[in-house]
Amino acid sequence: MSASESQFSGPNLKVRQRHLSNRAIVNLFIWPTLILLIAMNVFPLFYSLYLGFTNYSAIAGKAPVWVAFQNFSRILNDKNLWTYFATTGRYALMSVSLQVLVGFGLAMLVREKFKGGGILTTLILIPMMISPVVVGLFWKLMYNPTFGFFDPLIGFANPSKAPDWLASRFAGQPVPGLALLAVVIVDVWMWAPFVMLLVLSGLKAIPDYLYEAAAVDRASSWFQFWRITLPQVAPLLLIAVLFRTIEAFKSFDLVMGMTGGGPGVQTELISVDLYRIAFLGQFRTGYGSALAYIILIIIIAISNLYIKYLNQSKGEG
Amino acid sequence: MASFEETGPRTPVVEPTRVDKVHPRAKLGKSFRVILTLIVTFIMIIPVLVMIMTAFKSRADIVTPPPKVLFHPTLEGFLYLFTDRSLFSPSNLEAARANPGNLDYWQKLALSVGQKINGPSDYVGRLKNSVIIAGTSTILSVILGLFAAYAFSRFKIAGKDDLLFFILSTRMLPGVVVTIPLFLLYKQLGWNDTHIGMIILYTVFNLSFSVWLLKGFIDEIPIEYEEAALVDGYTRLQAFFKIVLPQAVNGIAATTVFCLIFAWNEYAFALMLTSQKARTAPPSIATMLGSGGLEWSAIAAGSLGFLIPVAIVTFVLRDYLLRGVTFGAVRK
Repeated sequence: MSASESQFSGPNLKVRQRHLSNRAIVNLFIWPTLILLIAMNVFPLFYSLYLGFTNYSAIAGKAPVWVAFQNFSRILNDKNLWTYFATTGRYALMSVSLQVLVGFGLAMLVREKFKGGGILTTLILIPMMISPVVVGLFWKLMYNPTFGFFDPLIGFANPSKAPDWLASRFAGQPVPGLALLAVVIVDVWMWAPFVMLLVLSGLKAIPDYLYEAAAVDRASSWFQFWRITLPQVAPLLLIAVLFRTIEAFKSFDLVMGMTGGGPGVQTELISVDLYRIAFLGQFRTGYGSALAYIILIIIIAISNLYIKYLNQSKGEG
Repeated sequence: MASFEETGPRTPVVEPTRVDKVHPRAKLGKSFRVILTLIVTFIMIIPVLVMIMTAFKSRADIVTPPPKVLFHPTLEGFLYLFTDRSLFSPSNLEAARANPGNLDYWQKLALSVGQKINGPSDYVGRLKNSVIIAGTSTILSVILGLFAAYAFSRFKIAGKDDLLFFILSTRMLPGVVVTIPLFLLYKQLGWNDTHIGMIILYTVFNLSFSVWLLKGFIDEIPIEYEEAALVDGYTRLQAFFKIVLPQAVNGIAATTVFCLIFAWNEYAFALMLTSQKARTAPPSIATMLGSGGLEWSAIAAGSLGFLIPVAIVTFVLRDYLLRGVTFGAVRK
């Protein structure tokens, strides 16, 4: 496609292209993308919807048998799954809000230019460039209670009196929630730079005269922050929150590499459980597909709310 | 005697002239902020520093408490990463140590940990796969995304908002859902464990992001430029290539970085849809098992080598990246 378009400098083609109507251009530009997305997403979507109504297992070698709503009713009545959903919600809430706070703070720090600022910004971006599964594995080493760096760095020199994060223990006593917090810390470490990047580009777009006017009026920096900085960056923050929330609900690599859902089910996020259902043990493909649909519906509902709010705040501006 | 000519004119004042910026308190605040930034950056990259250290530690140094900051550097990790080895039996080991013969550096290193090099590991091939698959799919998704984003930004399209939401929603699918049908589809097409299959998959998964990001960016380019060009006799396509494209360069760079980071690091699909021929590096780093569990130095070495290309691309494009990521939410 791009090849034929880049030839328009040829005299013969030029005449023909003049007659390309806007409609033709729209079709030419949009359809390749839409066809790819439909082929690779809509087909799987409908196929897994169908599988959601069957008892199919990818390894059983038997044709799918229609079981109607059995999978869905079992999921909706499964207390464990709702626990995992709640864990995922807690995880998403904690990590997204911390990411926003840390990311915003970082952006405010590197916002004004100074010597070496560009290099520091790039260094801060490094965590999000590492493969999540590698990050997970690697932090397992960081968190190791005997030879990991994390505990000594936060001031626990004696291993027997230090938290064993991934086992959810503190000085030998079980502390529920510690493992989830450990995963949240890593997620924040990894993705706060992403939020920083978005906020930073928002900050750079705030016209200087707003601050100048505020300075002339002797507005406090506190006032400038609440009345100029925050409202101007809010739309970008919401986009960051949208993307990060979607990702948090899908979060899989990181947790898989770090805890595998443990200890017990403390970090069993819903996508980790989905993987377990669909690809481990009995390969309950049908049941997994049904669960995947429920996850999808929840994500779509949340994103829709966000986008509505986003468009509203954009429209007011 | 110092004359005016010798010392030259005084350097011009480049400091901002706003009172609230040149006030001593503001200057103090600035140096405080620079120092704070340095400290925070250092804290953020401590894990990366630990990764670098781990890559050069010997196995014993890694697992001995307390964690060591000073250690004797070794290339063991890279040995584990790049070679396929087997253990010497005790008697053979002594014979080999007694009579090393002509060994190169790596063979000596392997011998010192009681192992023999059998050949290169498959990591090199997987790194090559990663370059091919991530590189091609990034380029494809940026190009396709650019065209689609332009059309969405500039033309009236029936059901535009719904189409855009559909495009975004393809990003919301938990990867695991799509994998099962895709696995079956790819089996029919003969695409399992092929480069083309993975390239198309990653292209599609970056497309939604790329369309959204680029649309936001093209939205910000004033439409008047193209209208002026059209009045001057440019065709739509010429206006697109000669007016819009150069203006969108920041957005293109930012999109490229994000797509590259995703495609380069993707794990779940690679794990489930490839096995040998087209397997990329992340699944193979994650399964780098040594004799006693995970081979940390090899994992660290592998991650480090794997991080460097993306870090370089990001560093080169950093200015565009900072200017480019706006998603159209910023009003000019």
